[in-house]
Amino acid sequence: MPTILAVDDSASMRQMVTFTLKGAGFTVIDAVDGVDALAKAKTAKVDLVLTDVNMPRMDGISLIKELRALPNFKFTPILMLTTESGTGKKTEGKSAGATGWIVKPFNPDQLLATIKKVLG
Amino acid sequence: MSIDISQFLDTFYEESFEGLDTMETELLGLNVGEADAESINTIFRAAHSIKGGSGTFGLMNVADFTHVLETLLDEMRDGRRDVTQPAVDLMLASVDVLREMLTALRNSEEVDSVRVSEVHDQLDALLKGEAASAEDDIVEGAVGDEEENAAVNSTAGWNIGFKPLSHLFKTGNDPVRIIKELSELGSLKASVDLSAMPEFDLLDPEECCLAWQIELGGDATEEQVRDVFAWVDEDCELVIEAIVSGAAEELEEVVDIEPEVIPTPDAVAEESVVNTEPTTASAPVSVAAEKAEVKPSSVPTKKPASPAAKKGSAAELGSIRVGIDKVDALINMVGELVITQSMLNQLGEDFTMDRVQKLQEGLSELERHTRELQENVMQIRMLPISFSFNRFPRLVHDLSSKLNKKIELKMSGENTELDKTVMEKIGDPLVHLVRNSLDHGIESPENRLAKGKPEIGILHLNAYHQGGNIVIEINDDGAGLNTDRIREKAIEKGLIGENESLSDEKIHELIFAPGFSTANVVSDVSGRGVGMDVVKRNIRDLGGVVEVKSKKDVGSTFTIRLPLTLAILDGQLVRLGDETYIIPLVSIIESLQIKAESVSTIAGGAELYRLREEYLPIIRLHEIFEITPVNRELVNGLLVVVEGDGQQAGIFVDDLLGQQQVVIKSLETNYKKVEGLSGATILGDGTVALILDVAGLVNLSRERVKALKKQAAVA
Repeated sequence: MPTILAVDDSASMRQMVTFTLKGAGFTVIDAVDGVDALAKAKTAKVDLVLTDVNMPRMDGISLIKELRALPNFKFTPILMLTTESGTGKKTEGKSAGATGWIVKPFNPDQLLATIKKVLG
Repeated sequence: MSIDISQFLDTFYEESFEGLDTMETELLGLNVGEADAESINTIFRAAHSIKGGSGTFGLMNVADFTHVLETLLDEMRDGRRDVTQPAVDLMLASVDVLREMLTALRNSEEVDSVRVSEVHDQLDALLKGEAASAEDDIVEGAVGDEEENAAVNSTAGWNIGFKPLSHLFKTGNDPVRIIKELSELGSLKASVDLSAMPEFDLLDPEECCLAWQIELGGDATEEQVRDVFAWVDEDCELVIEAIVSGAAEELEEVVDIEPEVIPTPDAVAEESVVNTEPTTASAPVSVAAEKAEVKPSSVPTKKPASPAAKKGSAAELGSIRVGIDKVDALINMVGELVITQSMLNQLGEDFTMDRVQKLQEGLSELERHTRELQENVMQIRMLPISFSFNRFPRLVHDLSSKLNKKIELKMSGENTELDKTVMEKIGDPLVHLVRNSLDHGIESPENRLAKGKPEIGILHLNAYHQGGNIVIEINDDGAGLNTDRIREKAIEKGLIGENESLSDEKIHELIFAPGFSTANVVSDVSGRGVGMDVVKRNIRDLGGVVEVKSKKDVGSTFTIRLPLTLAILDGQLVRLGDETYIIPLVSIIESLQIKAESVSTIAGGAELYRLREEYLPIIRLHEIFEITPVNRELVNGLLVVVEGDGQQAGIFVDDLLGQQQVVIKSLETNYKKVEGLSGATILGDGTVALILDVAGLVNLSRERVKALKKQAAVA
C-alpha cells in the first residue's frame, strides 16, 4: 500500500488523518511541521504528501517548495489542507508546486475519496 | 465507510485550550499601534487551527465564531486593519467566549448562547465598520455566477478542450486521472492530440506535450466540470463549451490512442481510454439544493448553541504531555536496570561465598539505577510553573483596568518545575494572593505619586528551587501591611490579648488566622468570602507553608514553600514502643538528648523544654496516639525539635532510626483522615509506618495543653 506523509501542527487533525488513512490500509508517516516533514521526507519513500498550510517553523507553502526541489518528490502528488476558501493560499500553494487541495473542514470519507482519486 | 471522529475530540479540546492560552498571552503582549507581525501571525495560527478543527469535528458554532475572529486577524496580518486597543480587548473577550464554549461542549453542558452572540455581534460590527466593502463586491459577483450556472444547467453535455502546459507533471497532477474523474460525470469520449509531440530523441518524458479533446455527455453542470479541473486551472489551457441539446447521445465509442507512444512518467499511459455509462442524475440536484442555502452576505448565520452531547468525557481526565527526551531517559534507565538484573541473576545461579564482593557491587548498582529511575519518573510529572503563571498577565491586565491602577507584572523563574498535582492545587491560592496584592497592596497612581513612588506599581512573581522545595514569591511594591489596623482587628476578634506585645512579624502572621479580614469594603476583586486562612490551609494541605514579609510603604512579599512532589518524602524514621513513625525531614530542626533540668511542668501537667532561652512544648506522642512506649521517663528518650505552622515543638520519641525516602500512601483514600497524620508508607521489611503531620500535631498538642490548663483551673 502507498505511503502517505501527513503534516499538521494540530495533534487532533494529525490523529484524525492518520487514523483514517491507516484504517484504509495506507502506511502513514506523520510530521508536526514543515521542518519535521522535510527531514522525514528525505529518508523515506513517500507516494503522497498531505500538508497543512499554517504551521510554525516552516509552513506548508515553503514545505512544498522544498519538497519539489528534491529529486524524489518531483512528481509526487502533494495536497494542501486549507481552510481558506479564498484563492490566496491555493494560488500560492499551486505556484509552489502543490498538486491540489482539500478544503477544511472535511470528513474522513471525503479525505479518503480525494486521496484514492489522486493515487488512482 | 464512516469513521467515528469523536475519539479525537479530547485531543482537539486539549490543543484548543492551549491555543487559546497562546492567543491570550500574545494578545496581552501586543503593542497597540505597532503590533509585532510574528505575534499577530501566532494568534492567527491558533485561531485558524481552532476553526479548522472545530469544523472538522462538527462543532459548527465554534467554527462560526472563530471564523469572524480569524477574518479580523487575517486583515490585521495583511496590514489591512490597524491593531487598536478596543480590537485587542474584543479579541480577549472572544478568547474567553471560545474557552467557555469549548468547556461547555466538552462537559456536554449548554453553551451560553446569549453571551456568544453578544461578542459575535461585536466582532461583526468591528469587521463591518472598516474595510468590509471589498468583500461585498465579491459576494455579489458570486451570486451572479450562480445565476449563470443555473441558466446553462439544461445542456446535453460539454465539449472540453484540455491542453496541459508542459510542466503539469511537476505539480504531481496526472491528465489521465483528471479524464477518469470526468468520466464519472457522464459518458465520455476523448481523443488525444499528439501534434505537439517532438521527435523521439528530443522527447523529455518529464514534460507533458499531449492535449485532449473531450466530449462529455450527460447533464453535469459547468461547475462540476470546472471542479474536476480546479487543481490544474492554471496549469492548462481549458476550453469548456456546452453541447447544444441532442448532440451527445451515444458516446460508447472507444477512441484509440496508441499507449506506447505516450510519454508520461510512471504508469500514466495504461488507461488511455475511459469509457463509462452516464452516472447518477441526482448529483446536480443536490448541488443546486446546497447552493440555495448560500446567503448573499458574508455574515455567518448564528445558530443557537446546540448541546452537542458528545461522549461523556466530562471530567478533566488528566493527561500529561511529556517531552521525548524524558521518555528516552526513562527507557535508557530501564535498559540499565535490566542489565543489572540479568547480572544478578547470573550471580545467583551458582553463588559461592567468594563472590560476595561481586554481589554487593551488583546490589549497589541496582540501588543506583532504582534511584535514578525514580528521579526520572518523578521528572515526568514535573511541569514548568509557567503553566500556572501564564494566567496572571491576563488577570493583572483585567484587574488593573477594573481598579484603575497602573500595574506592571514581572515574572521570573517560570521554568522552575514542580509536580503537576501540586501545580493544579496551588493555582487558586496563587490567584488569591495575586488578587490580594493588586487590590489591597498596590496603591492607586495618585496615592503612589503622593508618596513619591513611581506611578506604575510592580507585581513580581518569582519561583525557584531550594532544597527539596519549590519557593514561589509574590512581591508587590505597594503600601505594605497596616500593622496597627491588623492589631486592632485581632484584638477586636479576640485573636490576641489587648496588652499582648507582639513583634511586627507576629502581627503580620495574624492575617492568616481564621475569620480575619481587614478590608473595610468587600470588593469583587479579592473579597470573595475566602480569607487568607483558606489560602494557608490549602498550602498546608500540600505540605507547604506560606509566610509574609511586609514593610510599610515599601511593599509585601508572600513566600510559599512547597514540596516538589506529593508522592515521595524525605523522612526521619523514629521508634516509639513497637511502632515506627516517620517525621518529614523538612520539618526537623534538630534532635537532642533530653536534660532533666531543662524540663519544666506548668499548670495542668503540660511540659515545656527550655532550649536556648526558648520554651518548647513537649509532645508525648505515645499519649496522643495512646500506645505503650519503651520509656516514659523523658531523660531516657530523645527530643526531636520540629517546626510546624510557624511554631516549634519537641516530639518525644524512644529512638531515632535511619533517614530514607518514603513513598507516600494516602490514608484518606484508603481509610479516612486522621488528625496528626499525613499518610502512611511501607518500609523495606514490609511493615507499615505512619507519617506524622507536624503542623497538625503542633495544633493538636496546643489544644491539649489548653484543655489541661482549663481542667487544672477548674480543679
